[in-house]
Amino acid sequence: MYSEKVMDHFSNPRNVGEVPDADGIGEVGNPTCGDIMRFSIKVEDGVITDIKFKTFGCGAAIATSSMATELAKGKTLEEALQLTNKAVAEALDGLPPVKMHCSNLAADALKAAIRDYKHRRGEDTSELDSVLCAGECHGCGGHDH
Amino acid sequence: MKVYLDNAATTKTDDAVIQAMAAAMAETFGNASSVHGFGRPARQAIEKARRQVAALINAQPEEILFTSGGTESDNLALVGVAEAYRRKGNHIITSQVEHHAVLHTCEHLEKLGYTVTYLPVDEFGRVTAEQVEAAITDETILVSIMYGNNEVGTLMPIADIGRVTRAKGVLFHTDAVQAAGQVPVDVVADQVDLLTLTGHKLHGPKGCGALFVRKGVRVAPQLFGGAQERGIRPGTENVPGIVGLGVAAELAGARLAADGNRRMRELRNYLLKGILERIPEVKVNGHTMERLPNNVNVSVKFIEGEGMLLSLDMVGIAASSGSACTSGSLDPSHVLLAMGLDHATAHGSLRLTLSHETTAEEIDYVLEKLPAIVERLRGMSPLWQAAQSKLGEEVACARQNRAGCACPYKG
Repeated sequence: MYSEKVMDHFSNPRNVGEVPDADGIGEVGNPTCGDIMRFSIKVEDGVITDIKFKTFGCGAAIATSSMATELAKGKTLEEALQLTNKAVAEALDGLPPVKMHCSNLAADALKAAIRDYKHRRGEDTSELDSVLCAGECHGCGGHDH
Repeated sequence: MKVYLDNAATTKTDDAVIQAMAAAMAETFGNASSVHGFGRPARQAIEKARRQVAALINAQPEEILFTSGGTESDNLALVGVAEAYRRKGNHIITSQVEHHAVLHTCEHLEKLGYTVTYLPVDEFGRVTAEQVEAAITDETILVSIMYGNNEVGTLMPIADIGRVTRAKGVLFHTDAVQAAGQVPVDVVADQVDLLTLTGHKLHGPKGCGALFVRKGVRVAPQLFGGAQERGIRPGTENVPGIVGLGVAAELAGARLAADGNRRMRELRNYLLKGILERIPEVKVNGHTMERLPNNVNVSVKFIEGEGMLLSLDMVGIAASSGSACTSGSLDPSHVLLAMGLDHATAHGSLRLTLSHETTAEEIDYVLEKLPAIVERLRGMSPLWQAAQSKLGEEVACARQNRAGCACPYKG
């Protein structure tokens, strides 16, 4: 059901952990949904020089986290903000349809980390505020459980 | 090493079953309804299988109807009884932890105008006979409570419920798909009126099951055609499947008579004990004593089940989980949620189900591989990190609130 690339990133995830003295930390999802992604970044001269993730979630959640960190590393913040969940999934040769909306949050976690970085520097983050909780995961959505 | 520990999903077909089915297909190809010499052996093979299946549950052969499996038997029992007893009443009682073959059939009956009570369960996944008794009204026609739960292995107090329903004059159906062959099942002693079982959970074939209908109980057919299976379940009989189910039932009965599945139960206990000794922060799901002998179900906290399944599969171990990712929906197992588990703990559930062929070497192999898999996944988990930190869950809680989401640790 998963592509070889997904299984590769699940089995040998890149950039697991937490960046020491991170310049920005972002977290999306919640345990009710079954997915939490926590990204930490180091930024020098507007470029992401180091990035790490910690993820609670299924194989797709771990693989997309790993792929997103690979795609973002070395990129400028502006370039990194262009990264979409869809692009992360495509870089992994796709995800099963059922995973596209529930476990495909890695680009959002990256945006949340960049938002945190900008927020700490006192920059305007209003355009990024929505990624912190898009209200899409049903843990937020007033589910009746 | 290949280790199959998903016997609650399906079992390996027994060699004796395969041989009997192959012979039935090759030699007993006649239509069992035909009077000629090609049909008669098919009829005899079916009636032999009926005796074999009846013997497993202490029924009379004429009380056994062959179906296409557990789902059909559950559908036929519920819809067939509801329709046949419509004039008596329109109320059905079941539990929240039934298989979807029962739950979704009940939802269908609700659309047809029946009223269904879904009894809640305790933390172990059990309903009590008292709950059933209290829910019975003048309108109640049927109680359907499973014998043993497919996910957590919890056994329901079937004999107690049978006593209540018989005294109240209400019919009692039990889905014994997981229990038949695992524990002694006696429809007379348990005062059961209808019982579902299926071949592929007993090392028999897929696509063939049975419904026990006690003599005198009416079931309205849901398929229409010939006179097969007393007209209640028409259609030319699946002779190879029925023969295979019969052989499988006889072998399962012989294993129960030999040691009551004690060896398997001991291996299961060894596996559970080993997991609890080797892995911290593990919750056992289901009842410790009133439990199917082949079932282990644990929640490995702070990680998600699918990651465990994928990792186990890479080293040749087949298991299952109640996480949302493996249920095909956004919610984790309805059984675990009904037992009061929070979503995160339910997402981390791992089910390992043994068979009589499972060996100690296989269990040792699982106990060798699983701790490292859990450790690797926990190493990646922000929840584990939070739990390990001094502030533990409070940290995770504060983070969730900052993100504007409902705190999963409260309420």
